[in-house]
Amino acid sequence: MSVQAWTFLFVALTFSLYIGIAIWSRVRSTRDFYVAGKHVPPLANGMATAADWMSAASFISMAGLISFIGRDGAFYLMGWTGGYVLLALLLAPYLRKFGKYTVPDFIGDRYYSQTARMVAVFCAIVISFVYACGQMQGAGIVFSRFLEVDLSYGVMIGMAIVFFYAVLGGMKGITYTQVAQYCVLIFAFMVPAIFISILMTGNVIPQVGFGSQLTEAFGGGYLLDRLDGLSEQLGFPTYTEGQRTTQDVFFITAALMIGTAGLPHVIIRFFTVPGVREARKSAGYALIFIAILYTTAPAVAAFARANLINTVDNVEYSAMPEWFSKWETTGLIRFTDRNGDGRIQYTGDAATNELDVNRDIMVLANPEIAELPNWVVALVAAGGLAAALSTAAGLLLVISSAVSHDLLKRGYMPEISEKEELLFARISIFMAVLVAGYFGINPPAYVAQVVAFAFGLAAASFFPAIVMGIFNRRMNRQGAVAGMVAGFVFTALYIIYFRFINPAVDNADNWLFGISPEGIGSLGALLNLLVAWAVSRVTPEPPAEVQALVADIRRPEVD
Amino acid sequence: MPGRNDDAYWKANIRLVLSLLAVWFLVSFGAGILLVDLLDNIRFGGFKLGFWMAQQGSIFVFIVLILVYISRMDRLDARYRRSGADREDSSP
Repeated sequence: MSVQAWTFLFVALTFSLYIGIAIWSRVRSTRDFYVAGKHVPPLANGMATAADWMSAASFISMAGLISFIGRDGAFYLMGWTGGYVLLALLLAPYLRKFGKYTVPDFIGDRYYSQTARMVAVFCAIVISFVYACGQMQGAGIVFSRFLEVDLSYGVMIGMAIVFFYAVLGGMKGITYTQVAQYCVLIFAFMVPAIFISILMTGNVIPQVGFGSQLTEAFGGGYLLDRLDGLSEQLGFPTYTEGQRTTQDVFFITAALMIGTAGLPHVIIRFFTVPGVREARKSAGYALIFIAILYTTAPAVAAFARANLINTVDNVEYSAMPEWFSKWETTGLIRFTDRNGDGRIQYTGDAATNELDVNRDIMVLANPEIAELPNWVVALVAAGGLAAALSTAAGLLLVISSAVSHDLLKRGYMPEISEKEELLFARISIFMAVLVAGYFGINPPAYVAQVVAFAFGLAAASFFPAIVMGIFNRRMNRQGAVAGMVAGFVFTALYIIYFRFINPAVDNADNWLFGISPEGIGSLGALLNLLVAWAVSRVTPEPPAEVQALVADIRRPEVD
Repeated sequence: MPGRNDDAYWKANIRLVLSLLAVWFLVSFGAGILLVDLLDNIRFGGFKLGFWMAQQGSIFVFIVLILVYISRMDRLDARYRRSGADREDSSP
């Protein structure tokens, strides 16, 4: 069977599975719609969280990014996993003990303030929307490249599927489809990785193959040594050495970690389990399931890099395999024969380099480059779609609950019945799907950049406010609002200035303490913390019932 | 009002969280970023230690940290749990 036939088969199979789950998990109450009735078992919640968290970017782009930046890629790897330690130790158990439906719920109740609630609603919606548009776009890209369907049809098919299970089943439908999607995406990521590891190093486990010797066919010697050698020879930076300054890597890692722990679509997953114990457990499962992909990704990055160089460098263009011309037509790989010798020269020097490679190709085309069977190539498409759709659904639910629950029920329309609230929840998820779909088809040029900055903003706004709400009983409304505003505004302005107003000065000489806009969220979080603390010391302490709420969150759960 | 028991529980909790976060900081920001070039002088298999900590090792340690937290907190909860009251907000 051809790659395309296999791809159609896998996509059709997985989509019917998602639709089946949607029909099985219809819901009738807001409790089921927002938090799946709070009876998701920890193991299932761990898988759902992993799928929720690992987006099209984790699946398609991350390994490719690492293979081009080498050791510095560690800030993605550590940042996007280390955040779970913060989440498990500082947030998840307490927010579950608090026991409501959304993040603005906590902010609004803990800081006894509608203003704080609305600030949180605003931040949650902005962060989630930006993110969701990127996912829809990711789904469209997979459709158009693998199935040769027009990108806009691809996005529409993706929207229709998400719409179906999110509107019918709310959090319950989303949770169990995410469990299925996790299985699909991890299988799709691991099978090619294992194949390539066996092919190149003879080792079944990619994490071990990463540090093993290459087989004779690939030139022998340790993989990483060979990569360093090839890099040097071709004029690229050494693979296992860093390019960015230490303090920049430090702050970017911190911003990604803190941002991870502050993202509302991840936090709400911990509202869906029966109790505090289960919340802690599911954070553990979630990180294990995430780590399977995240420890494989750097190995895939190294394999793909070595394999690409082996395949193309100084080889005649006419001798390129079939995948090369296929990916050339998508524009992801481009060859310009500068010196006219008919061979591909791939170097780190812009003046002599003849090959432009898009980072996404490292995962998407890797199985083809390694000449794996057609069904393995097709798996990657199903996996990419699972990753994009699962994350999109989780984000859309955050938007929906922020509108129907926080903005309407607990904000401007407290008189509506549960049935009406549920209807509003379904309408808002429907609207959110449409808007995200629109931006998926007509992406604003800066979406990808803004997605990265969503972490900085989440780090500078939500995380400190929630942590202080739990760990500092004296923290009050004035402090929290001032802190959130200071952190958010500082971070947003720094990013906007360097990336959009004055990009000409966007370099290490002009950055504050040498911190790039990607890493500034960690400084924003620190600023938030300091401002909040200072303001709370000179304003009245929170009312007695709020202090009692904090004391209760900290008490051990009773059976 | 918070009783003495609650205070002891909370203090034990904070001690545990702080010690786990210290390890978290040491392996990621310490070994993976600040000391990475120093640790790169040590090799095992095909890996330089600093590079491995930055790209893989720290993630394994993160998992262990959460697992330790889960089991320690379960024990702590069992010791301080007061019986009698219903489990809040989780009845079917």
